[in-house]
Amino acid sequence: MSKTVMTVDDSASVRQMISFTLRGAGYEVIEAVDGIDALGRLKGAVHLVITDLNMPRMDGIELIRNIRAHSTYKYLPVIMLTTESHDASKQAGKAAGATGWIVKPFNTQQLLAVLKKVLG
Amino acid sequence: MNDRHREAYREEAAELLVELEVALLELERQPEDTELVGRVFRALHTIKGSGAMFGFDAIVNFTHHLETVFDGVRQGRIAVTPALTGVTLEARDHIQTLVGSPLAGGGVTESGARILDRLRTITSSVPCADSQPNEGVCEPAVTSEASSYRIRFDPAPDILLNGSNPILLLSELGGLGDLSLMAHVDRIPQLEKIDLEKCYLHWDAVLTTAAGGNAIRDVFIFVEDQASIVIEPAGAASAVQPPRIGELMVARGDVSPDRLEAALLEKQHLERQRHGKHEAAATLRVPAAKLDNLVNIVGELVTVQARLSAFALGCGDPEAASIAEEVERLSELLRENTMSIRMLPIGETFGRLRRLVRDLSSDLGKPAELVTEGNDTELDKTVIEQLSDPLVHLIRNAVDHGLESPQRRLELGKPATGKIRLSASHEGAFVLVRVADDGAGLNRQAIRARAVERGLITAGTALTDQEIDGLILAPGFSTADQVTEISGRGVGMDVVKGGIDALRGSLTVNSRPGAGAEFTLKIPLTLAIIDGLLVEAGGERFVVPLSNVSECIELLHGPQSGAGRQSLVTVRGDLVPYIALRERFSLAGDRPPIEQVIIADTRDGKFGLAVDHVIGGHHTVVKKLGNLYRQIEEVSGATILGDGGIALILDVDKLVAGAVRNS
Repeated sequence: MSKTVMTVDDSASVRQMISFTLRGAGYEVIEAVDGIDALGRLKGAVHLVITDLNMPRMDGIELIRNIRAHSTYKYLPVIMLTTESHDASKQAGKAAGATGWIVKPFNTQQLLAVLKKVLG
Repeated sequence: MNDRHREAYREEAAELLVELEVALLELERQPEDTELVGRVFRALHTIKGSGAMFGFDAIVNFTHHLETVFDGVRQGRIAVTPALTGVTLEARDHIQTLVGSPLAGGGVTESGARILDRLRTITSSVPCADSQPNEGVCEPAVTSEASSYRIRFDPAPDILLNGSNPILLLSELGGLGDLSLMAHVDRIPQLEKIDLEKCYLHWDAVLTTAAGGNAIRDVFIFVEDQASIVIEPAGAASAVQPPRIGELMVARGDVSPDRLEAALLEKQHLERQRHGKHEAAATLRVPAAKLDNLVNIVGELVTVQARLSAFALGCGDPEAASIAEEVERLSELLRENTMSIRMLPIGETFGRLRRLVRDLSSDLGKPAELVTEGNDTELDKTVIEQLSDPLVHLIRNAVDHGLESPQRRLELGKPATGKIRLSASHEGAFVLVRVADDGAGLNRQAIRARAVERGLITAGTALTDQEIDGLILAPGFSTADQVTEISGRGVGMDVVKGGIDALRGSLTVNSRPGAGAEFTLKIPLTLAIIDGLLVEAGGERFVVPLSNVSECIELLHGPQSGAGRQSLVTVRGDLVPYIALRERFSLAGDRPPIEQVIIADTRDGKFGLAVDHVIGGHHTVVKKLGNLYRQIEEVSGATILGDGGIALILDVDKLVAGAVRNS
């Protein structure tokens, strides 16, 4: 059974790139534009969330906190997208319960490697 | 990255630039609005972040500085001034230009540099350009040589709570190379105390990989903060000394059991690695004397180990008992291994006999060929050496007496060339060596007549064919009508039998008149150390070779009768004669009311040996008794026991034969 990944990013191009890469690798992909949208779409089989941290309405940190407090999805692996210049946000993300992170910019190999690490 | 994505980025960047412009203009009017600062920052952040993914390096390098400035603004380090918003708007326009222009190098253009200079003077906090690290998470640092690493992965109990799965990490580790893994379960609490959301396990692993230490570190990169991860080169000085000493250290509390297990795991792993590497070096020639020496030392070790076991059992200390058990296991392994080193294929001896057959057939004018089977059957070196003489004898007999003359063979419709078949095969702890010829078989009438003549039997004795055939093995029997140069000097089979007896083997003959005779030698695999049954009678201990023992029974007896003579005991309906060891060796004291009787398989059939009690199995290191005691038939040697005492090893066949003669 193919696994379902939710990509949460306000940047359409990043979402598109992630979706394109993951679909090519055999994953199902759900796209969400921010944290609120992501929580709304969080139902059924979702195996992983890849989220940006800086987003309007609800940022990635808040999204991770919500997921960790969720009765069904509390163990859901969450990968955050960070940039090197924001180690503090990486720390905040980890404190909120992020499973791992990908440093932007990343390429498709790195993305798939991280997915493999977290999803098996 | 294909153009489709780049086009999507350009469109998105255009939107973001509009958003950036709107936010900047509003910010100019309301410099204190942090929400607006956030919008500016996010726009810059996304432009940079996404740009990096689609190869817009010029945009990334330029926007990076703007983003840094606005991060400072967000954190309150840099104040929003009209000058700042002004420059930023200019910078925004510059980005727009960059987005519109075709993909080029990553350098900051001249106009871009001017904008950045002004930005720097305004904020005086913009770091130098080109600080754009590009660190990937999973870039493998490949080194050419595979090396081994000792890895301890000790996750915090709440590691599961952030969606991490330690199993996946471990399997990822396994993907890097050859992994030996050990999970420590000692922290798992009792069932009612288990919190299902917690991870109670920690792991030790030894990994041999060419990927290098960084790749291993990358495996755990997401859980570094939630686990203690130790990665060290393995094979160098280990944190703890492996096996036996380690156990003592555990007992003393110097080292925790799981550390020790980890060290053992590493050792095994590295041994396996080394093993794999050196598989090419197949054999090694060693002087036989060194091997003999080794066997002697192993013999001593087995003796000392028996002492240790006896002592550990006696002192009742469970710790000592478990060490003794380990030592016993290891010395057993050592014994088996050493014995297997001494094992040689019998084929070499067979090869020498081929020459013998050739010489014999030309001397006697009887064409004969030797066919060998089971050349790779292995036997103890000393057994093979001692087997040589009996085999030579048997083959001489076969060619000389067994095979008919070529004329006779042709008359009988057999091929003129006789066939001697020499074969070896395993049967339990024994090796069967068969010498068969396709000659006339034994002449039973001649044997019988000869036996009567020699006084071995009386003329009227009723004997089965088998028994008649067996007569040729009796001392002083020779059937050859004429004594030839080659064999038949009246010592013949007797000598063969003696040689086989010395090997604690047995010799049987099977003859089919007209079709040939087959002699079967049943030889124990080894002589140096035998499995025996340790028994006690009258305060003395004896070893009965286990190869002789078929069963032990208990004997309740009433008033004693016929001291020194054999009595009968019923074993599942069969009457089996037995003698009491105590009486046979004139040991002081009375036989106990309940005796153990060892039922032994002997050449004279089943025979019982009554002893006071059976102590148990014993790995017996056989020591010779010395020349002084050579004439004592009933005892084949002695062994040193665990407590330093000595037990005589009984030659059951001779003991029983003596008893049968006496009765």
